[in-house]
Amino acid sequence: MELITWPDERLRRVADVIDVFDKALREQASKLEAVMRAGPAAVGIAAPQVGWLQRLVIVDVTARKGTNNGLLILLNPEIVQWQGSVIGREGCLSVPEYTGNVVRAAELVIEAQDLYGESCRYEASGFEARVIQHELDHLDGLLFTDRIVSRRSDLFLRQGGA
Amino acid sequence: MAEHWFMLTVVGRDRAGIVAQLAQTLFRAGADFGEASMLRLGGNFTIMLMVHFPAGEHSLAESIKAVAEHLQLRVHIDPIDSHLHENEAADVVVSISGADQAGIVAGVTTRLAAVGLDILNLDSTVAGSEASPVYVMRIEGRAREGIEALEPVIAELQREGLDAVLHPVDMLIA
Ligand SMILES: [Zn+2]
Repeated sequence: MELITWPDERLRRVADVIDVFDKALREQASKLEAVMRAGPAAVGIAAPQVGWLQRLVIVDVTARKGTNNGLLILLNPEIVQWQGSVIGREGCLSVPEYTGNVVRAAELVIEAQDLYGESCRYEASGFEARVIQHELDHLDGLLFTDRIVSRRSDLFLRQGGA
Repeated sequence: MAEHWFMLTVVGRDRAGIVAQLAQTLFRAGADFGEASMLRLGGNFTIMLMVHFPAGEHSLAESIKAVAEHLQLRVHIDPIDSHLHENEAADVVVSISGADQAGIVAGVTTRLAAVGLDILNLDSTVAGSEASPVYVMRIEGRAREGIEALEPVIAELQREGLDAVLHPVDMLIA
């Protein structure tokens, strides 16, 4: 299992819903986690980043300060509530040599399934919430580069009280 | 491809279609583009563009002369070393705003540099009304001696009545 990088068109596809929760899926997920751990300081990965076009993401911000949900493996995740907005710097394992400022929701509630198909629900904020949104975008064929705001618009957002 | 790179600076009154006409002209003349920054500053068109042009500086100048005259643009060309993708990542953002006062840029940047901030990007604008302007500046940089080293300067700026905020850049790679 290997990372694919932009402009590989698989990064632009909408990933399929997972409806079989078997051992093969769990093995595949642990391989995906290994790819994430091999990346330089990566805090998340989505299945499409290795060309696996199903709705599964892994997020782990436990190395960062602040509260978080630990290692998250989310299948068929959906954001069901969100509020606030924050601007933060992002880069992507799939888009080397490029970073930019992106606006994300500051807090969110997410519903998903685990590797056994059980429903789960998490609240996330700050850095973890930003990572979750970055990963969910991958499931819909979106990259952070689609959402970059310029430094100048950042100035004006701040002026506008955002 | 490290040779034959030029920094092309173009300034003029803003009007529709400048970038497109400029880019078309350069492209047809055989130029490759590197990094670019186009901004409108106070209603003026400005662009700085890295151009790879093997035919050389004189030929580059000749190739855009007509379009520059037509659009009433002033053009400046400097030979440069190209180092694409060697932009250092910022680890801190400083946002400052306050009543418009002469010397704010100079004062703030000088004091931050003295405590180890390498400034990588700076944007500023004047907001507020004409009667009570507010100067807004955003600096991205790398704190060579750590972000804590900048804190006393930020506190000092706040005491002087500026709204000064220091944000570590919480870079997310995922
Ligand atoms: Zn990514």
